Amino acid sequence: MTQAKARTLSLSKRGMSFETFMWLFTRLTALGMYAFILVGVIGALVMGARNQMTFIEVLRWALVTNPGHVAYTNVADIAPWESVFWRLVASGMFLTASSHGMHGVIVILDDYLGGISQRKWIRILNLAAYFIIAPIGLYVIWTA
Amino acid sequence: MGLNRNVSLKTALRYKGQGPFLTYILHRIGGMGMAIFITTHILATFLEGRGWKIGHIVNFVYVSPFFQAFFIFCVLFHAINGMRITILDLFPGLILHHRRAIMIEWILFIVLYGFAVVSIITTAIARLA
Repeated sequence: MTQAKARTLSLSKRGMSFETFMWLFTRLTALGMYAFILVGVIGALVMGARNQMTFIEVLRWALVTNPGHVAYTNVADIAPWESVFWRLVASGMFLTASSHGMHGVIVILDDYLGGISQRKWIRILNLAAYFIIAPIGLYVIWTA
Repeated sequence: MGLNRNVSLKTALRYKGQGPFLTYILHRIGGMGMAIFITTHILATFLEGRGWKIGHIVNFVYVSPFFQAFFIFCVLFHAINGMRITILDLFPGLILHHRRAIMIEWILFIVLYGFAVVSIITTAIARLA
């Protein structure tokens, strides 16, 4: 049985509407998060996680490289884990994940809520929540 | 995002799309789970730092093995399924193999999630000792 060739359309032919831009934004932020997680895992291994942390503790650290995430582990010296570099990585991961997540929540709620005014309110409330939570998150990362 | 779509929650829940739909719906559950968790975890940590007991209580629940098992399910499934979606979207020629890609995704997820759950249990037991 022969398979049909997948039909593709280049981005120039498709045009860059707001929908296309957000579609691309979601994919690129996902790739960005994989990069942050990889940096977190490699950094943890370099700083001695192999002998001082379990798999789940390394995962928790890699998701957001906040020094508070190694508080309950067997890491003896926490100083390398709370450097400016790791707080910058944590901030980058947090802002990338939160903007990706905010858009994702809007897409999901859009699908299940019927009215146009409901959808507009969902967007307004999500954006408001994002601009409240983002500074609090950064404060937590930099003061932990 | 258009504002003209009109699919009710009832219609959406009745849709039967088999394997690909299962990954679609689990992706959404995982995403919503993480969004709720991260928001409340940030607020709880902020309040805990200010000396509010409620923050400590919420974070105490979050470090429990049962909650970690649920949260890691959300994270790993969303991350692995998201990687499949990104790869197929950025390389549309591969869409013809999407069912095989879903199969690979499940194998990867089961191995990693199984390893993570074992690690959650052994870490919890070690902390009790």
